[in-house]
Amino acid sequence: MDTQHLYDRLTSILVETFGVPAEDLSRDATWWSLDLDSLDVVELMLVVEQELGVKVADEQLEGINTVGQAVDVIAAAGVAA
Amino acid sequence: MSEPIVVTGLGLITPAGRGTAASWQGALAGKASAAMHEGLAAAGTSVTLACQAPPLDPDGELGRGAARRQDRYTHLALLAAHEALTDAGLVRAATGDSEWPLAGADRDRVGVLLGSGIGGAETWDQEYARYVEHGPDRVSPMFIPRMLSNSAAGAIAIRAGARGPNVTVNTACAAGATALHVARDLIRSGSADVVIAGGVEAGITPLAVAAFARMGALSSNPDPQTASRPFDVDRDGFVMGEGAGVLVLESASHARTRGADPLAVLAGAGASADAHHATAPPDDGGGAVLAMQRALRDAGLSPDDVGHLNAHGTSTPLNDAAEARAIRTVFGPHTDALPVTSTKGVTGHLLGAAGAVEAALSILALRDGVLPPTAGLRTRDPEIDLDIVVGQSRAHRFDAVQSNSFGFGGQNASLVFTRAQR
Repeated sequence: MDTQHLYDRLTSILVETFGVPAEDLSRDATWWSLDLDSLDVVELMLVVEQELGVKVADEQLEGINTVGQAVDVIAAAGVAA
Repeated sequence: MSEPIVVTGLGLITPAGRGTAASWQGALAGKASAAMHEGLAAAGTSVTLACQAPPLDPDGELGRGAARRQDRYTHLALLAAHEALTDAGLVRAATGDSEWPLAGADRDRVGVLLGSGIGGAETWDQEYARYVEHGPDRVSPMFIPRMLSNSAAGAIAIRAGARGPNVTVNTACAAGATALHVARDLIRSGSADVVIAGGVEAGITPLAVAAFARMGALSSNPDPQTASRPFDVDRDGFVMGEGAGVLVLESASHARTRGADPLAVLAGAGASADAHHATAPPDDGGGAVLAMQRALRDAGLSPDDVGHLNAHGTSTPLNDAAEARAIRTVFGPHTDALPVTSTKGVTGHLLGAAGAVEAALSILALRDGVLPPTAGLRTRDPEIDLDIVVGQSRAHRFDAVQSNSFGFGGQNASLVFTRAQR
């Protein structure tokens, strides 16, 4: 599945809403390296739900530590929906 | 006799100005800071005047994520705390640095004691609206950490790495003064060497303003220059303000050891309850009398020793009348020689921040020998038999100043500051 589009949407949310510097972003970037804690990630998924219409359950976020992993979870949730 | 507890740093962000110097100049200029509040006007509240703190850029001034992770009240507290710590010579970092390392104090013995009446009011309003509109699953995970009324004190400790006692007190509109009282006692009891203490409030939201207006507590006067008019015969309520005042307190010996210059001594503190009514004071200001007398006794001073009084003076009909009677009861004939000011004519009512902001303004009056005028007052209420400073600031040298703060719930606090021994 082509997840480039989702990656672009997620990273633009991270830059615009969360103020993450664009140069710090990559699929391997961890939440920790982006100065985002677990509450920030829950907030991020709220914004994803509002903007992309895809709901990721909190339990699906367990073990998700990088931007790339989040893209995959969102893609899977989108497919399931 | 216990060792004096001194004030070694001040930080203010008030409707009168950004920073201590600007706030003090604004208070001395005696110009009301009330203005039409666009958010209130848009919401259609009956009262649209408010005294707003100068604009700030949370992410730019406090670092990325501040706007999203913290309520406005925490931003105000952090900025005032940073100024106070810098003024005290304890911190050299910039406001936006993620850490403000403490120099000259053991961080495990540096405490934080704040007062706030409401906490994160803006966050409550926003998240409750989101909950109603979009349902429970859309409530932000940041709601609780942003809203809690102890978040600001926690945020200061996180920046400064201060691991001493960290407490938030609430005595409504007396909270800023109560915080200084309790902070002083923490140092006296040996629980901390230094306490970053003060009050903060950012409650100018449509819901809060609507509620205070429904109580009849707010002025309905549309003129910004006279809406807040403490002790005036036509006063009809207070004007909502916001801001923060933070003081650095430490023992005189701790200040001396690290070479800090004390601004004043927190010589006395008194607290009491009216035990009377949820919002109204007793006519004779009985609880206020007790708080003032206790503060004087605590300071080892007689009423005649006090040279200036910064009144609670909210501009509500009931408070100002009862406070004036209480002052005359405490000071007797000396009342005629006691110039009284309410800086709320300039700043509006900063609720939980008021007591700390007014403590700082009292200390500056003591330092500079000049009293700020009571803005907004045009015709003194003939029932209020006090020497109110009006019109312009007044030159006046004195050695002790008293500051009153009274909260809904009938919770009263009074503080006495004296000149520091050099």
